[in-house]
Amino acid sequence: MAMLKHPEKIIFEYSRPGRGSYGQWPTEQGSPNAVAADIPENLRRKGKPLLPEVSELEVVRHFTRLSQLNFSIDTHFYPLGSCTMKYNPKACNQFAMLPGFLNRHPLAPEQTGQGFLACMFELQEMLKEVTGMQGVALSPMAGAHGEFAGVAMIRAYHRARGDLARNEIIVPVAAHGTNPATATMCGCVVREIPVNDEGDVDVEALKAAVGPNTAGIMLTNPSTCGVFERRIKEVAKIVHDAGGLLYYDGANLNAILGKVRPGDMGFDVIHMNLHKTFSTPHGGGGPGAGAVGVSARLLPFMPLPVVGKEGDKYRWLTEKDLPQSIGRLSAFMGNAGVLLRAYIYMRMLGREGMHRVGEFATLNANYLMARLAKAGFDPAYPRRRASHEFIITAKKQARELEVTAMDFAKRLLDYGFHAPTTYFPLLVPECLLIEPTETESKEALDGFVDAMVAILREAESQADLVKSAPHTMTVRRLDDVRAARQLDLTWKPAAA
Amino acid sequence: MPFIPHTPEDVEQMLAAIGARKIDDLFDEIPKDLRIESLAGIPEALNEMQVGRLMSERAAQDGTPLNFIGAGAYEHHIPSAVWAVTTRGEFYSAYTPYQAEASQGTLQLIYEYQTMITSLTGMDVSNASLYDGGSAVAEAALMAIRAHRRSKSQRILVPTTLHPNYRRVAVATAGGQGVRFDEVPCPKGTLALADLKKFEGEDITAIVIQQPNFFGLLEDVDAITDWAHAHNMLVIASVNPTSLGILKPPGEWGAKGADIACGDCQPLGVPLSSGGPYAGFMTTRMEHVRQMPGRIVGRTVDLNGRQGFALTLQAREQHIRRGKATSNICTNQGLLVTAATIYLSLLGPEGLARVANECHRNLNELVAALTRLKGVKLAFDRPRFHEAVLQLDRPVAPVLAELARRGIVGGYDLSTDYPELGNALLVCATETRTAADIKAYADALAETLKAAVRAA
Amino acid sequence: MSNIPADLKYTKSHEWVRTLADGNVEVGITDHAQGALGDLVFVEVPEAGKALKAGDAFAVVESVKAASDVYAPIAGAVLEGNASLGSQPELINSEPYGGGWIARMKPNGALQGLLSAAEYQAHLAAEG
Repeated sequence: MAMLKHPEKIIFEYSRPGRGSYGQWPTEQGSPNAVAADIPENLRRKGKPLLPEVSELEVVRHFTRLSQLNFSIDTHFYPLGSCTMKYNPKACNQFAMLPGFLNRHPLAPEQTGQGFLACMFELQEMLKEVTGMQGVALSPMAGAHGEFAGVAMIRAYHRARGDLARNEIIVPVAAHGTNPATATMCGCVVREIPVNDEGDVDVEALKAAVGPNTAGIMLTNPSTCGVFERRIKEVAKIVHDAGGLLYYDGANLNAILGKVRPGDMGFDVIHMNLHKTFSTPHGGGGPGAGAVGVSARLLPFMPLPVVGKEGDKYRWLTEKDLPQSIGRLSAFMGNAGVLLRAYIYMRMLGREGMHRVGEFATLNANYLMARLAKAGFDPAYPRRRASHEFIITAKKQARELEVTAMDFAKRLLDYGFHAPTTYFPLLVPECLLIEPTETESKEALDGFVDAMVAILREAESQADLVKSAPHTMTVRRLDDVRAARQLDLTWKPAAA
Repeated sequence: MPFIPHTPEDVEQMLAAIGARKIDDLFDEIPKDLRIESLAGIPEALNEMQVGRLMSERAAQDGTPLNFIGAGAYEHHIPSAVWAVTTRGEFYSAYTPYQAEASQGTLQLIYEYQTMITSLTGMDVSNASLYDGGSAVAEAALMAIRAHRRSKSQRILVPTTLHPNYRRVAVATAGGQGVRFDEVPCPKGTLALADLKKFEGEDITAIVIQQPNFFGLLEDVDAITDWAHAHNMLVIASVNPTSLGILKPPGEWGAKGADIACGDCQPLGVPLSSGGPYAGFMTTRMEHVRQMPGRIVGRTVDLNGRQGFALTLQAREQHIRRGKATSNICTNQGLLVTAATIYLSLLGPEGLARVANECHRNLNELVAALTRLKGVKLAFDRPRFHEAVLQLDRPVAPVLAELARRGIVGGYDLSTDYPELGNALLVCATETRTAADIKAYADALAETLKAAVRAA
Repeated sequence: MSNIPADLKYTKSHEWVRTLADGNVEVGITDHAQGALGDLVFVEVPEAGKALKAGDAFAVVESVKAASDVYAPIAGAVLEGNASLGSQPELINSEPYGGGWIARMKPNGALQGLLSAAEYQAHLAAEG
């Protein structure tokens, strides 16, 4: 592993007054740098901002070293459930960063953007095809942003019909935290319903929950329990019959790509996490892209802008074209550069590659689940097929060995594996949500199983080693309580 | 198979371990009638060479016109080191830093970013970024409502000098929760205290002040901030970070300073890229830190007492608070924050001031060159920064179309958003525009205007 | 085994109520609740003057991993929130029934619907 084994100073600690990366400045050091006379004195900055004064080499070395303190897909197997950490092809980045794309101003005339707009239009069309929806809008900038757009469209739909009482969004308890948070942001009330022992939505509870106030239901399918919602058609009928709409959280779309489509299951609106299913980079926490797809009845409400085509010319659709739109969610065109990467990825997969994503993601997950089960770990839903991910519960280990899911997660870092998602979904105790993705080889999966088995043996014989892990990172477990009680959120120079 | 490493032998062994005959059996829980057999609408796969050719053609089709639009997205020189380091796989392909021990690089970088952006805006604390400058205004409005408990109105004043798309994003984002945005017309191009008079005595939660404003003009931020505080409102500043190299930071506006500062990191090393990805920033005073949306990184110690970094104040966030979270936001725009932090490190305080001064000098030269032409005059002759509104003697759109044919993106047509300004054109120059560029624009505009006269 | 003082009243949502000499009451969260939350890092106390119905969320207690609402055990008006918790949220961990009180309230009439120490003990046992 090319990981840095020692800590790196904070960049301000390299700073020396008068040092700088002069080659990056538009005017020479030593030349006059006066603020123009036409900027009034009372509107000028008085003190210098706290920015480092460092050489270009110091900058490059510092940030390269910081990068070496990270795990990443390029360096480590990253089986983070619900996050779809698959390989991000280099071509997607290289071709999205061609100067013609990078230098285009978002408000430049459409006549100077036909190449870019063609990519966006074709991306909309391809996403419609793989999801079975009737329209796609690309501007939401993350999954949660797409969720917001989706629920706002559901609200707008009911309102446009004068159906003003519908303000309840039904959410299974296992849902992503963003689902209830989004419903609240849209001014809706959240109603949670239980999930049964097999990981399916409790249909009787759903029947009891729907009514004249139901705006819709938010579902992930396969669910966050890592299993396919088998009674989805029945769920769709119950909600539709009650006058509500169905929202599909696309976090787990990778599992079913090319095999089954949300539109065919009866969903009215979906968001797609392009940074998961379509392999755009996670970037250490963004940028994502949360394109939304809609059924025919929600077409008028799509967020702007959308790309339209007239003859062989592409243009932005605006408020004039979609007067009932929920409006604009980004200043310009969402995360356009991310959308280009998704477009390139989809073109490289092509028609014949889409279904392989779902197939091999599912094969890898089921293989990993089978091997871990055989090695003594407990799947949370042993009688179910895994989708592209599955849950192991360390309840037994926590009870018998006092080694928790978190301890397994931290010890895996020492073995060179990123930890799975822990403690989500909340309803499974001591859970490890594991998603290998289709881009990992059998050897990588076998290596992960070997590490899990080795940690289990350690837990049996020297539990403290596991409970105090990690031991080989630049830092050990961090004091979160201190971080929250004694807030230190910015660096301050030592008092002179 | 692109990006899938499995050999036929691998597949056979894996299926045997699972106890399945073929891969398709793994989908046997999905109702048969829902299954699809093909995706006819998806084109056939391209290999890397083919997709490279396609994308090169598409990019070349858009050309590289000479750009004079700003309007919230600015063309600056981006030092080579910024993206050479930012696109390292360890930044590019890492996840959100939930596993702190395996993410110290990203976490420390965000801590350094928080320090820089906090100081640049003159505030106490920063989050790890939001989506963009528009969504940052929307989130700031929602935050102001949470922070200002004595105000019950959920009313926010937005002058028309705030970016029109920022206003649209704010309404689309916060309108559903009952937040009301009252537009304040600004006929003189800046916000005047006289235009605010009618709101005195009303319960208003906050006012948004953009500096420099959408027209590039400088608002009298001290007076407006003091007025707002005197009338029991919070002040939300929407600012251009480049300008803060030379302009007074929001934390020093008026007697008490702004309460929340936000804006877009795009000018800090992020390419225009047709509108994104950019990164919104948000800073505030310590007293409001728990009302701030988005991730925040704190410095702490590990079991051995060594310095380390972790996400903190997470209980505000959606994965814990669910329906009661401060926002549904999960991501920040991590990769763009990486670029902005490297950019600010390379420029330092003096480099940033030089960029700001050079932009402003070029804009003044551009205005001088264009207003020498017959039929072009300056709309508002007031203090400004790197953008200005010109008034033409004829509709703007055909002029811009002709300039585009000549390889010049000549500015942003204001007639849709501000019909009251007549034939108004917003132009911008940054440090990347040379004297020759400015002359090229002036010459092209002169010819365009003359040709139109001849045609008439 | 968590501490359940015999002289206090309780709720099923783990608040406690102490009647003061002047007839007003002091409220907080139980030893069991603070133990389940873990080290507290922030407490949001109610402002004086706030009128509450029984069951209204009136305070928030936050640990590193969770933030929970605290519900008013009785109807009444808030007289004061415990200002010390602003800088020392850990008081709730160390002295849940003493320095960690959250608010003082003036009740609307007689106290109703509260559990005795023994009843709360039984409730905890039933919750498992």
